[in-house]
Amino acid sequence: MHELALMEELRRLAVQEARAQGARRIHGLQLRVGSQAGVDPEALRLAFAVVMGAADPQGHNRPDDAELWGGPITLDLEVVPTVCFCPDCSQEFRPVDVIHACPSCGSLASRLLRGRELELVGLEVS
Amino acid sequence: MCGTCGCGVAALPGGSAEAAAAGGAPAEIPVRPTRQLGLQRRLLERNDLQAAANRSHFEQHGLLALNLLSAPGSGKTALLEQLAARWPRPPVGVIVGDLATDNDARRLQTAGARAVQIRTGDLCHLEAHLVERAFAQLDAAGMELLVIENVGNLVCPTGFDLGEHLRLAVLSVTEGEDKPLKYPALFRSADAVLLNKIDLAEAVAFRRDEALANLAAIAPAARLFEVSARSGAGLAELIDWLEQQQRQRGLLARAHHHGHGHGHGPAHAHG
Ligand SMILES: Nc1nc2c(ncn2[C@@H]2O[C@H](COP(=O)(O)OP(=O)(O)OP(=O)(O)O)[C@@H](O)[C@H]2O)c(=O)[nH]1
Ligand SMILES: [Mg+2]
Ligand SMILES: [Zn+2]
Ligand SMILES: [Zn+2]
Ligand SMILES: [Zn+2]
Repeated sequence: MHELALMEELRRLAVQEARAQGARRIHGLQLRVGSQAGVDPEALRLAFAVVMGAADPQGHNRPDDAELWGGPITLDLEVVPTVCFCPDCSQEFRPVDVIHACPSCGSLASRLLRGRELELVGLEVS
Repeated sequence: MCGTCGCGVAALPGGSAEAAAAGGAPAEIPVRPTRQLGLQRRLLERNDLQAAANRSHFEQHGLLALNLLSAPGSGKTALLEQLAARWPRPPVGVIVGDLATDNDARRLQTAGARAVQIRTGDLCHLEAHLVERAFAQLDAAGMELLVIENVGNLVCPTGFDLGEHLRLAVLSVTEGEDKPLKYPALFRSADAVLLNKIDLAEAVAFRRDEALANLAAIAPAARLFEVSARSGAGLAELIDWLEQQQRQRGLLARAHHHGHGHGHGPAHAHG
């Protein structure tokens, strides 16, 4: 998965939401990341640092959202575990391995209820 | 693996991750008190919206659109050469993402496809807006099948909807029977898996039963086609299935009755 592109989207969405709510500064972002979303949380953190550090805030590369990013920024990643649905038992289950077999009947689930999330779920602003 | 997605990020320009995350002004004290905004914004929402727009654009042209995914060298272009040459009502349209060269696009044109190239540089996957731009350069008149050859990569393209109707993942017999277990997300997202290079199965002592069992465990709902881009084996079955998919979606009737042409750049608009 393309962590840099995702973190650029994260920055864009955060700025959009912060401005819409009249915030002056963004101090923290909360992200929900499914364990099946194909991203590595550590790679996301690195990519976030790259995106936040990419433009020189004092120089002529000053990004037009620079005023929102004045101080230290925390990035909270909540990893969402995979939840499958077994159509035969009509029940949810958490797979224990890469093969999503229902623990009650052994059927293979082709439907994921949770685990693909990649969402900005909160901002700490002032 | 790829230079832009974090998997290739070795050194950060100018110091630690924390310093970079602080936006270059780590000394400043944040303005407090702060307040918390509860949100729900998907990071892929912009791509997904563009993908939905692409899908309906393809449908206005009566096109069945495929996203073809695999590791580098599994035979995506070779399979498309076969498909383009054998499709009963040519030409087949192809949008091909390739790192630097236009070799793949030229190979496809030689095989009778209408092909446009997306020069991906160090991008490790295609995105919906790139496909939109490439499609605007394609003359869609008389065309009913559009295939998007993604960048050869088993990780990065998985989460990006391009506007396709069907995802086809290619696995070749030379890659190892456990590939589906190592890259489950991609194979799980596939509507069909093309097991390619079966002409080489014996030479590489391919363990077919094991590979099929792994595929069935990861992607139980996916259709399987055992094919060879070298001999053409299995292509007729694939084409039958694709035509069935066209009929199910009512696309065929529209494909040859659609008035407007393409090839006039991104300013293209619909009436
Ligand atoms: N023997 C044999 N060789 C094949 C087959 N399909 C592809 N090849 C060969 O495998 C090599 C790679 O094929 P390509 O079609 O370029 O693979 P690709 O997936 O498009 O590769 P990228 O675009 O670089 O990701 C070429 O040398 C092909 O001739 C096959 O079915 N049998
Ligand atoms: Mg190719
Ligand atoms: Zn069950
Ligand atoms: Zn990547
Ligand atoms: Zn059009």
